[in-house]
Amino acid sequence: MNNKRSLITVLTLLLPILLFPQNADINTDNWITSPGIIGTIVLILIVFLVAIIILLAKLNTYVDTYKWKQLQKKDLEFSEEIIGMREDEIDRILEGRKKALNYKLSGDELGSQRAVKDQKGLINMVTHEPENPMFDEKKNTPIALETPEPIKKIVIYYLGAAVFWLVFGTLIGQYVGMKFVWPEMDSQPWLSFGRLRPVHTNAVFWGWASLAMIGLGYFVIARTSNTVIYNYKSAWYSLILINLAVLLGSLSLMAGVNNGGGEYREYIWPVMLLFAIAIIVTFWNFYKTVATRKIKDIYVSNWYILAALIWTTVLAIIGYLPNFQDGLGETVIQGYYMHQGVGMWFMTFTLGLIYYYLPSSLNKPIYSYSLGVLAFWTQMLFYTMIGTHHFVFSPLPWWLQTTAIVFSAGMFIPVVAGTTNFLMTMKGSWNHISKSYVLPFFLVGVIFYFVGSTQGSLQAFRFTNYVWHFTDFNVAHSHMTMYGIITFILWACFYTILPKLTGKEPPQVFVGAHFWLAFIGLFAYMMSLMAGGTLKGLSWIDGNAFLESVILMKPYWVWRAIGGSLMFVSHLVFAYNFYYMVNNKKPIENLDAPVLERVNN
Amino acid sequence: MFDFHKNHKILVLAAFLGFVTLSFIVAVFPAYQMQDVEPLPGQVQLTDDERKGLNLYIKEGCVACHTQQVRNIEMDNTWGDRPSIPSDYIFSKERMDIWRQSPSLLGSERTGPDLTDIGRRQPSEAWHLLHLYNPRTVVRESVMPSYPWLFKEVESGSVKEDDIVVNLPEAYATPSGRTVIAKEEALQLVAYLQSLKQVKLPDGQVEEFIPALKQTQTEGDKANQGSASASGINGAQLYKQACAVCHQDNGKGVAGAFPPLAGSPIVNDVDPELMIRIILQGYDARSEYAAMQPFADQLSDAEIAAIANHERTSWGNNAPEITEEDVRKLREFVENQPSN
Repeated sequence: MNNKRSLITVLTLLLPILLFPQNADINTDNWITSPGIIGTIVLILIVFLVAIIILLAKLNTYVDTYKWKQLQKKDLEFSEEIIGMREDEIDRILEGRKKALNYKLSGDELGSQRAVKDQKGLINMVTHEPENPMFDEKKNTPIALETPEPIKKIVIYYLGAAVFWLVFGTLIGQYVGMKFVWPEMDSQPWLSFGRLRPVHTNAVFWGWASLAMIGLGYFVIARTSNTVIYNYKSAWYSLILINLAVLLGSLSLMAGVNNGGGEYREYIWPVMLLFAIAIIVTFWNFYKTVATRKIKDIYVSNWYILAALIWTTVLAIIGYLPNFQDGLGETVIQGYYMHQGVGMWFMTFTLGLIYYYLPSSLNKPIYSYSLGVLAFWTQMLFYTMIGTHHFVFSPLPWWLQTTAIVFSAGMFIPVVAGTTNFLMTMKGSWNHISKSYVLPFFLVGVIFYFVGSTQGSLQAFRFTNYVWHFTDFNVAHSHMTMYGIITFILWACFYTILPKLTGKEPPQVFVGAHFWLAFIGLFAYMMSLMAGGTLKGLSWIDGNAFLESVILMKPYWVWRAIGGSLMFVSHLVFAYNFYYMVNNKKPIENLDAPVLERVNN
Repeated sequence: MFDFHKNHKILVLAAFLGFVTLSFIVAVFPAYQMQDVEPLPGQVQLTDDERKGLNLYIKEGCVACHTQQVRNIEMDNTWGDRPSIPSDYIFSKERMDIWRQSPSLLGSERTGPDLTDIGRRQPSEAWHLLHLYNPRTVVRESVMPSYPWLFKEVESGSVKEDDIVVNLPEAYATPSGRTVIAKEEALQLVAYLQSLKQVKLPDGQVEEFIPALKQTQTEGDKANQGSASASGINGAQLYKQACAVCHQDNGKGVAGAFPPLAGSPIVNDVDPELMIRIILQGYDARSEYAAMQPFADQLSDAEIAAIANHERTSWGNNAPEITEEDVRKLREFVENQPSN
């Protein structure tokens, strides 16, 4: 039954793709009414709306605080009035009050002493909380979780290293972004744009996001299997290998040694091999831990996490094997690799993390387990097929391009399934937005999951591709997803788990600063590049001189640099928050380790 | 049997096999097939220097901003006469060495122009050297990085005969007594860029662009009106695309590299013959300036007339306009001349 229903869902969702012809008539006059463009605008508006809702919720809290202060003021006036009263007057009032307090109901004031019986069977629910009859909410208790000391240490060290690479990687990103505004900032070969750009992307990919995911994953695997990690030592080996890979990779890129310039495949194979070994070791460790779990079922988080590790291993092998990479073979693999790197590694792993950390932070179960399973298999089926949409209209085979476009549209299924699941889990806890600093991060991440992924699918359509391909719009899209989705979710997980591990919560004002700087920065970043990218594409279609498209981009590049600066500052605040949470002398010893020192500096 | 919820072995195996199968269908198999191509007639291997230039192109990360693919859509017609095909990449996209794979030349960002045909569009070595040393010497609005480490600054006295000197315009000039010369690397990179030319398909084979609707409509309108008029071509815009990188938007050129057109006696000559011949055949008569490339293959008669008229009436120039017919006659004359 369930299978049949999901099959029908799949077919209905695919229907529009078959109906929408990929027409060859391309026209710039009414570009604004093209479905892809309208879709994107609507999606952006969603994000904007959510930001406003969060802002309103926060404002509401401030208003409440203000009201409370007013009440206090009244209280004070009242106390002063009492102090000014005569003694016998006070005695009289108190005696009256005592009498009132001692008064007891006899129980038959409403005129009946008969027992209450529901003889007609009209009452089907009895509650003590008439205000909120649908949900029996549990209290959110920030008690520290009891966690074995070694796993705590592993998680904190992985996250610490990740924070370092985030700050490093985005510092580089910020620097190369500024080069669009001031191309003559320096003339050092190892700081030139072409060499630094991959340093930025690879450091945030393999350094920040990967280490953070694995670190957070260690906790999930152990916790949801109700057992201890199979082998603590190998966790440390992986940590060292990944850090080594990113360090050596960054240095070699700056020295001008790269694998051929394919995006995210810039590390040469010996460097990527270190990373691959770390992934395989981690997979084995996770797999054995799940295999020795103390409960029957495998929690859905572990599906995603194990799959992400095994898929990425396959991906790295296919991406680097030389046998089919000459000529345009390389281009086919490049499209496959760069898209699957994002989809099968970052997105899949992060989804696994949400399935644990989101319900955990709300202290209630995930809305639907089956939706999670549906999303899992469709993720594999659709995501794998769409790499070539990075090369629409290229000399690659037309059938491959069409497959990619059709399956890009199919991505709606896992995305809608996932988003629905997360939003329904959050439903009923919206009031937490103003009280919790974790939920806004989750909410933004989940909304971007919907918006970013759907926008990506729309971008794959031939008309939108016509306008946006090769423009700065792509850069906006990749930040919307890698930053809006992955990074925001990872932050939410950080703030969920670290206080529970260390018992220390960062000051609210700093978490707020982190959130708003990052969010506003991202918004400025992506809006400017989307607007500029669209104008650039239209200028090309109209056949204007290429240089005009460079000139028209200049103000948008300035805005991008401003947005990027805000994002970078937010990472410094985040690094401080991280330091604050883990710098707890009591439960964790040996904190003056190099990684944390770096974070601190 | 397939209880994924309880059997971790089955779960992991299914995910693994599913992904590998799909990967073979969508990546490995098509990639393997795409390697099976042959060079076009007339397509030549890269020389040693050009290949070293290609390696530098990859080393400096040029692919981050420059694509090398002409897509089969109308707007890409600017970058080449025909859409790119797999054979175009047969010599450039092969494994570089044991450490580095085949270069990812197609690219995904066009922050700078597409380079598929740059060797034909801009064959001048002097221009490329200036542009690499500092792109803003020739294109004021450029945001491309400078590559000064491909050059060296030496005492003017110690410049040897076979050194290639970069003649910098005044605003970027080095202190007096010092001269910038190109290192071997710069020359190799330029050699590679000059080698980037689209090979013509053998006769009879046509690769069409998917036209933009707007274009088809205007062409239809033109057909209705009878004949297309030369005035439909925007000379100023063509000048920007084909000429301004050297002679600059303001017609003043770059001192020491590209002569000014503003106030030029050739441009202002009432008789346009020399001017048209220079555009058609190129020019290398004055040692103080770099050589100019011929444009006969790239521009039609009407386009040359539109550009020439733009030049003859802008920046204070004031010469009588010429017609498409003038250009056609000269082209015939030039083509019938024995080549020297």
